[in-house]
Amino acid sequence: MNLSQAIEIASCTDPGIVRSHNEDSIAADASRGLVVLADGMGGYNAGEVASGMATTVITTELQHLLEDNPPYRADPLNGRPYAERMLREQIEKANTSIFQAAQSQPQYAGMGTTLVAAVFYDNRVLIAHIGDSRVYRLRDEVFEQITKDHSLLQEQIDSGMITPEQARFSQNKNLVTRALGIDPTVEPEIREYDTRPGDVWLLCSDGLNDMVSDEDIGLTVQTLSANLKLAAQQLVQMANDNGGRDNVSVILVRVLRDFSVPRGWVSRLFSWLR
Amino acid sequence: MAKLILSMDGLVLKEITLTKERTTIGRKPHNDIQIDNLAVSGEHAVIVTILNDSFLEDLGSTNGTLVNGQPIKKHFLQNADVIELGKYKLKYISDTPAAAKGPQDFEKTMVIRPGAMPKAGAPAAGPGASQPMGTMSSSQGMPAMNTSQGMPTMSPPPAAPAAGASQSMPILNAQSQPQPTMASSQPMAAGRVASIQILSGANAGKEMELTKALTTLGKPGVQVAVITRRPQGYFITHVEGASFPIVNGKALDAQAHALNDHDVLELAGVKMEFFFKT
Repeated sequence: MNLSQAIEIASCTDPGIVRSHNEDSIAADASRGLVVLADGMGGYNAGEVASGMATTVITTELQHLLEDNPPYRADPLNGRPYAERMLREQIEKANTSIFQAAQSQPQYAGMGTTLVAAVFYDNRVLIAHIGDSRVYRLRDEVFEQITKDHSLLQEQIDSGMITPEQARFSQNKNLVTRALGIDPTVEPEIREYDTRPGDVWLLCSDGLNDMVSDEDIGLTVQTLSANLKLAAQQLVQMANDNGGRDNVSVILVRVLRDFSVPRGWVSRLFSWLR
Repeated sequence: MAKLILSMDGLVLKEITLTKERTTIGRKPHNDIQIDNLAVSGEHAVIVTILNDSFLEDLGSTNGTLVNGQPIKKHFLQNADVIELGKYKLKYISDTPAAAKGPQDFEKTMVIRPGAMPKAGAPAAGPGASQPMGTMSSSQGMPAMNTSQGMPTMSPPPAAPAAGASQSMPILNAQSQPQPTMASSQPMAAGRVASIQILSGANAGKEMELTKALTTLGKPGVQVAVITRRPQGYFITHVEGASFPIVNGKALDAQAHALNDHDVLELAGVKMEFFFKT
């Protein structure tokens, strides 16, 4: 099923003002409804290597798999959508590749990356994330954060030590509790959400949400959703105007129309005949 | 490492580096910082330090703890905060200004492994459950946590919601306007504030201040442009529609265009003037 008529994707990535390297990496495939964003870490260029490996492995492998396997089909093992198993396995594969490269090449020692990946199918979106890269959603004028960071700061908020307002002033923003490629195995957080025409999904690295308040991000996505490319550029520009201390990457996905899978046998027959 | 400078009547008595996860302050000798004065309770307060962040909590002391003149129950310490216990003052110096020597490295994302570092929730669940950290989850600690009292820097700019509510001109169809919560906190817009005055059409004469980071103009579905407020000034950019905005009689292209004082804009057949407020 080709989704390029049902969803629109715009993205933008920038090294920011302060850093010379861009350790973020993004990939998108509108026809298969796939978007991936990774924010790498590690000395020299190791961060770029880790995030690049993550997006490349996950995107290319999933492109192949999605060709032959309908993502909405129920997995015989657990009844979950098949997309979940595909995504989990490819994340695991990316983790192994990065981990082994880090183990075998001294210049890559300790490299790792955050990850957010989303697969759209059948009026749903499956979101996997690791670390502090985020997904937000704009629906009916409500802009909200969908994923919860795997970070020390989030744990402090959860345990009630500090409030989300105070968190903006914390010095511990940069510590993630989970990352891809750091350990032999990784546990991604994977959840499925429904999605409707008009929704705008935002995937971003912490370079955006550390520099720009959620209100301003929401305002921008909402006012500029008619021109997604401009919205993506505007978000990056705002992060840079506010100091641009980190690499900043955004992927915006707007749902244009219903893309549910035909269910009845008649419509199935028609889609088969087409 | 953050540190505290203990003083009384302007006389510096001691300098204490916050090396421990818990640094206790009180009159009794077992405290990490002992202040032998009757105005200070036996166990008066504690400072919990997690990596670069320090939190001060009053342990139900008789005479209370002040930070920058405000009584606190619990406080997220910021650089140069002054803690007062009776006549004694403790100035908190976070060494993060030292991050100036390497802000890049400091801000780089790093992984923290579970187990390698005390978990955030751990102190609360630890053996000291009856101790101050435990009170955070109890209702007793909550009011203090939720107020921003004593931390004026954390209260939102009061002007923002008001600005969002007052901007309601029909031609200026910012979708965000019904939502005061979406009003920009405008952290970056430095410099002078500009306004738009409508020159033609049904709303001629109306004026709107451009206080938000983004303001859209025009009619959705027909022609929309956005004015962005940046540190460098104001810029207009085409958003949607077949025709592009006209500035001083010249149609723009897809690029952002810097606005100057008294520029005349034309959008969806409506003329308006851009000007800086004095």
